[in-house]
Amino acid sequence: MATDIIIHDQKDNVGVVVIEKITPKQDCSCWIMENDSSTNIQSMDEIPLGHKIAMVDLKEGDTILKYGHDIGKVVKSIKKGEHVHVHNVKTKKW
Amino acid sequence: MFMFIMLKQKSGNCMEIPKSFLGYKRENGRAGTRNHVIILPVDDISNACAEAVANNIKGTIALPHSYGRLQFGADLELHFRTMIGTGSNPNVAAVIVIGIEPKWTKKIVDGIAKTGKPVEGFHIERTGDIGTVMKASKKAQEFVMWASEKQREECPISDLWISVKCGESDTTSGLASNPTVGNLMDKLEPLGVHLCFGETSELTGAEKVCATRGATKEASDKFMKTWSSYNDFILKEATDDLSESQPTAGNIAGGLTTIEEKAFGNFQKIGSCKFVDVLEPAEEPKKGKGLYFMDTSSAAAECVTLQAAAGFNIHLFPTGQGNIVGNPIEPVVKLTANPLTVKGMGEHIDCDVSKILSREMNLSEAGDRLIETTLRVANGRLTCAEALGHKEFVMTKLYRSA
Repeated sequence: MATDIIIHDQKDNVGVVVIEKITPKQDCSCWIMENDSSTNIQSMDEIPLGHKIAMVDLKEGDTILKYGHDIGKVVKSIKKGEHVHVHNVKTKKW
Repeated sequence: MFMFIMLKQKSGNCMEIPKSFLGYKRENGRAGTRNHVIILPVDDISNACAEAVANNIKGTIALPHSYGRLQFGADLELHFRTMIGTGSNPNVAAVIVIGIEPKWTKKIVDGIAKTGKPVEGFHIERTGDIGTVMKASKKAQEFVMWASEKQREECPISDLWISVKCGESDTTSGLASNPTVGNLMDKLEPLGVHLCFGETSELTGAEKVCATRGATKEASDKFMKTWSSYNDFILKEATDDLSESQPTAGNIAGGLTTIEEKAFGNFQKIGSCKFVDVLEPAEEPKKGKGLYFMDTSSAAAECVTLQAAAGFNIHLFPTGQGNIVGNPIEPVVKLTANPLTVKGMGEHIDCDVSKILSREMNLSEAGDRLIETTLRVANGRLTCAEALGHKEFVMTKLYRSA
């Protein structure tokens, strides 16, 4: 089955869209690189290639994990399946 | 005749990695992947003269730039290091140096002459542009005709000094093209090549993880000191939210949200290698084979210029959204995993690894493909950037002049 989303690390709470785009209510297949396992998620938003999807519900102040590492904080709550980007996540560095 | 060695790979398949490439042997024992004769201006006001000489004598290239007057201290040292290093790079067969006055011109000529290669300096004061162009052109003609007889010879793969830098990154960089470079590093490091990564600012967020990759405590401490010094400067100079600059607009369009995310993607380029030392900008490695971290800007042309000045003779440049940078003396090999970039601007891409995303290619296969591409370019195949005329030569300036 084709992979729609790749997740770097099992600890990650976001995945990356690797097809041209996913559309709302699309059932997506996800591949977790770290342990070569698979999972599924239904999208809520249209999300283009290279952009991130929330794998779980996230609330303000939560940490986004990608590569198994802290890549920033949630500044506006995000539901599972929604688009994760600069409108709801900010750096902790500056 | 090439010799081959077999490398076991995770997937179980094997690729024969050539143990040699065809390069130009230089007087100091280094090997070049190119055979340039360069016309190097010492300062901004000598650009016109240098470009006139390069126009007169076919097969030479001028390297115009914006600086070289009234600099002082560490900034001036960096200027000289970059000038001398560029002329000394093994991809350069011979050098004409042109400056406004004799003293700094001679300093650069003397620095390059230590390699044993032909180099001659000219200064413009008391002679003017026209007389200088005539004298320098005569010498440049002699150099280029001499260099044109140089032949490629078999050189051990350990003569490759490979620098890396990514640009216009997006999430496909961290997923696939940067790990492809990391896979190449993991395979070539045991063969004795020199490797270099930089981009101090774009390790922000991953700096502590990067520091653990020092081969010694000394290297780790030196890295943290270098990164902290950069970060202190940013905090001192920042007048607004740096989110406007890092990540860039291109990065954000490609899905990168924060500097931390960009940094962990960037960091994939070194595979599982450890760095043996931390270099100043444009500083030549002195601790033998292996991976080095260089303190550089994360702007593509500045970074590649510094790495070339440190003696690196081939560059690997993974891109997401499609950075198009090249360098006049160090060939820049581009790879991408973004299928839209391959589709839209394929003339800039030397190595397409987009099939990693569709899982039709694994990382080890992608690494093998990049090794093949790198060796073809080392043997003389033009890069896309060379064919398209990209010669970005950008000096790094540390602070205001006196």
